[in-house]
Amino acid sequence: MAKCTACELLRENFPEAVLAVSDFRDESTVVVDKERLRAVMTFLKESEETLYDLVIDIAGVDTGNESPRFQVVYLLHSIKFNRRLRIKIPVAEGSTLDTVSDIWKAADWMEREVYDMFGIGFTAHPDLRRILLPDDFVGHPLRKEFPLKGDDFDRPFLVCLEEEQGNQADD
Amino acid sequence: MIETRSMTLNMGPQHPATHGVLRLLLELDGEIIVKAVPHIGYLHRGIEKLAESMTYPQALTLTDRLDYTSGLSNNLAYCLAVEKLLDIAIPKRAQYLRVLMAELQRIAAHLLWVATHALDLGAMTVLFYAFRDRETILEMLELITGARLTPSFIRVGGLAADIPESFLPRVKEFVDDFPKRVDEYETLLTENIIWKKRTQNISPLSGEECISYGVTGSILRASGVYYDVRKAYPYSSYEDFDFEIPMGKNGDVYDRYVVRLKEMRQSNRIVRQVMERLPAGRVTADDAPQVTPPPKEEVGKDIAALIRHFKIMEQGFKTPRGEVYASIESSKGELGFYLISDGSNKPFRMKIRPPSFINLAALPKMIEGQMVADVIAAIGSIDIVLGEIDR
Repeated sequence: MAKCTACELLRENFPEAVLAVSDFRDESTVVVDKERLRAVMTFLKESEETLYDLVIDIAGVDTGNESPRFQVVYLLHSIKFNRRLRIKIPVAEGSTLDTVSDIWKAADWMEREVYDMFGIGFTAHPDLRRILLPDDFVGHPLRKEFPLKGDDFDRPFLVCLEEEQGNQADD
Repeated sequence: MIETRSMTLNMGPQHPATHGVLRLLLELDGEIIVKAVPHIGYLHRGIEKLAESMTYPQALTLTDRLDYTSGLSNNLAYCLAVEKLLDIAIPKRAQYLRVLMAELQRIAAHLLWVATHALDLGAMTVLFYAFRDRETILEMLELITGARLTPSFIRVGGLAADIPESFLPRVKEFVDDFPKRVDEYETLLTENIIWKKRTQNISPLSGEECISYGVTGSILRASGVYYDVRKAYPYSSYEDFDFEIPMGKNGDVYDRYVVRLKEMRQSNRIVRQVMERLPAGRVTADDAPQVTPPPKEEVGKDIAALIRHFKIMEQGFKTPRGEVYASIESSKGELGFYLISDGSNKPFRMKIRPPSFINLAALPKMIEGQMVADVIAAIGSIDIVLGEIDR
């Protein structure tokens, strides 16, 4: 198992917030309590021993039947130490997370995407709107219950057109 | 007293200089941009959702359609992630060929970029020169992959096939010739006074700003931050090759141009090294029969091979439970795949880290306070591909 300095530091400094630490294929994941998200992230970015200054990505995950249902995953990179770390926050359906868009500017659009695709809200986000889908879109497509296809997906286009036109005369 | 008011200008989505369907809402005070709001998503196809319904080999085809100027790079990033999940080793020959293809693809993507970027700023000649050379690369890639745009050639476990014999001589011809071609572009642009006036000190980003916005790739390096996935987390044997990471210092449009041109020369260097040192051997993993289909000759003769072939094509393969993140340095920046597996033959979640998407988020910061005419220079310098942004 690769040595994870940040995991140990987090355990020391936030014993109550670190829920689990795991390691898979040399990648470390720390599960953090959502109440301490901002404190942990600020620490990871500013502490001299971690300096995770680049946020690579923020991903939402719908676990389907686990409780809490959703996870928001932060992939961090430290340019100085050349290290990566994954922070995972479990989020219950309907609850919101604190934004980190003031800690890393990059989080702004990433959080909007998570909101767009999963419907997870971010408190104090400066501009929380849908980003990829139109504003009047209904539903959040990356949730597991969202259908993959519409009900007319496998019917020929011509049939759909005819139905739409009804019994209009065709000359 | 003169009454003044700001004006809102809608740029795009159908605009030749937005490189796709990007819409920008610009709030103007005269010719100065006060505020810029990008609107994206016109090309959203739900690739991440679709991937959840496809087996691992099938989902590969979706990656071609992300950054459609560099399909092979996208294939590579996806395959690296799946292979990390499976924990299989790829033979050296396949790794080297992957590097060769990825670097040729990077040159092709950068050529497309320099052509369109220069065209946006009024230098039309570059387009014809760059497209001539890009065509040579595309023809070479077509020779191996059979496709120009959507190759799906780098497969989980190796490559779809070995290279034909006629390929390497053509690469050699190209590699010998290419440095002179880059010199040609440089004579057109690098010291061109109009080009310099349009690009120097335009939409600069400091190193700290880039890091805060998560910007990667040539833009980050043009601002003087040394970060390249090929050096930071070498993949596919990049550590075997000798190359430099070009750096800029002002972080303006001009520096991004200079960095990308130097990157093409470095890519050319890598291609030459791969060609000279290419080891013999198989191009698919030996110890992963559940992942790599048997050779075509066997399929026709051996019933067991036929069954194995159909099993992989129809049902794919199962991956161990877990989650991985693998990334590459694509022509646009860090392209990563974050895969979560629940142990089945389909990805439970596939999150793409699209470099263009994250780089585009820094556009408002770049252009606020600048002139309207410079917006085009700024967009061009980010090198966006909407297929990747909207996914």
